[in-house]
Amino acid sequence: MSSPAHGGTRRLDDAYLAIGSASFTEFVGSFRPEMLPSGRVLPSGSSIDAPHGTTIVALLHDSGVIMAGDRRATMGNVIANRDMDKVFAADDYSVVGIAGTAGIAIELVRLYQVELEHYEKIEGAIMSLEGKANRLASMIRGNLGLAMQGLTVVPMYAGYDLDGDAGRIYSYDVTGGCYVEGGHHSIGSGSTFARGALKKLWRPGLTEAQAVNVALEALYDAADDDSATGGPDLGRQIWPTVAVIDRTGSRFVVADVLEAQVRQIVEARRGNPGGAR
Amino acid sequence: MSMPFYVPPEQVMKDRADFARKGIARGRSVIVLGYDKGIVFVAENPSRALHKVSEIYDRIAFAAVGRYNEFESLRVAGIRYADLRGYSYDRTDVTARALANSYAQTIGAVFTQEQKPFEIEIVVAEVGRTPDGDQIFRLTYDGSVADEQGFVAMGGASDIAEQRLEQAWRPGLSLAEGLRMAVDVLAAPASAPGSAGQPGAAAAASVENLPRAIDASMLEVAVLDRDRPRRTFRRVTGALLDRLLSPDDPTANAPTADESHPGHPEVLSGESEQPPPG
Repeated sequence: MSSPAHGGTRRLDDAYLAIGSASFTEFVGSFRPEMLPSGRVLPSGSSIDAPHGTTIVALLHDSGVIMAGDRRATMGNVIANRDMDKVFAADDYSVVGIAGTAGIAIELVRLYQVELEHYEKIEGAIMSLEGKANRLASMIRGNLGLAMQGLTVVPMYAGYDLDGDAGRIYSYDVTGGCYVEGGHHSIGSGSTFARGALKKLWRPGLTEAQAVNVALEALYDAADDDSATGGPDLGRQIWPTVAVIDRTGSRFVVADVLEAQVRQIVEARRGNPGGAR
Repeated sequence: MSMPFYVPPEQVMKDRADFARKGIARGRSVIVLGYDKGIVFVAENPSRALHKVSEIYDRIAFAAVGRYNEFESLRVAGIRYADLRGYSYDRTDVTARALANSYAQTIGAVFTQEQKPFEIEIVVAEVGRTPDGDQIFRLTYDGSVADEQGFVAMGGASDIAEQRLEQAWRPGLSLAEGLRMAVDVLAAPASAPGSAGQPGAAAAASVENLPRAIDASMLEVAVLDRDRPRRTFRRVTGALLDRLLSPDDPTANAPTADESHPGHPEVLSGESEQPPPG
């Protein structure tokens, strides 16, 4: 047997050479199931405190889609992490944002990134956006056992559909249900407040810069009312993570641009904390 | 009841090696060589869908000659191996050396234990941060590994191709120079220039000794581009390949920017640089 844990200088295991699907998760699930979150058995009846990630928003704009997330992870009443990234590039044309138990969510994102790249390399083609969204759904479904013990992960997925020439947002529920969202969506503990802001600020045909601004305003409103969502931290220079996805691929908005926009929002809210207009 | 004949083990191994060599020599060649900004893979392969060269990991690629079904299963195994290793450790912990060792053990075991040896030859190459860090491993049908410096030729008439590369290759070639060198070697006649046979046969042999014409549509070209972040593998096709192959064109290297090709991320064709028609 040759396995990564043994340095890999022996003969490749038959599992590597077996004819199978182009799915990395399925390969790992059959070869080393203990490496997958779904392959682990937890002691039942106990609940543990683990850091939780919070608010993510996504919205369409005229040339694609934007996803933004705050940076805070909480564990009960404690701030577990101030500058955690919760929005990740899944591949060249899509991003995934996570809310829920941070450790398992990050593991799922890593697995998902490898899953997409693995398919690309074996098949020599990019999966369709719908296919990618469904792969994520099946991974969430595989996490149902952990979710029932309190280790829930709920992602949001946004990508550019190169065939249909449009940005798309997909939301999920804990059982792996996958839903296409029109316009905008938010997940996480501050999502109700963020959604209120999005409803009032979003409209079809926003430019990319306007959409970034709307996302930042929505996160500001979420942080205003939800203690688990981190607001802009001017002292520590911590800004939300903002990803833009369009025809040319996905990229993250640089800190300088975010700082200018955040400062503008904070300034506009002075004496007007609700951002009334 | 028939008595099995005794066959000495030397003879068994020799027969297997001859069998594998014959199978490999029937196919077209693949050339892998280092250039200043990376490693280029040139295969004579008219198929657009069945690749001889492909990506394994960030800085590692795979090239093969011989039976497609045999090297395809090894290619998939290599991708699984690399992705699993990168997932359980880190992306930087995936190395061509470890993969070449695993391949060598696997191919060697098949050579001695199975009914039929693999009729394939493989190159596993990893591009370094500098040309000195490039690693090119060549694996043959019996599981032997060679760490090659600078260039490799595999497949039919690979000995002559290696001799020609030995004379022509030098460190610091541009991509265009390396590519044209590889195509010249692929196109050259299979017999060595000095050994055209008996003087009487010279007239008949002269036709065979002319270089063949190989145009871009017959080639599968890919590079591991040293200076790219993360995944460095790119296929080179279309107008970009034509420009690189043309001695009159100033294009010497692959562009650093990526192109948007719906469905195929790793392709550089040079076509999206032109303004759209109309």
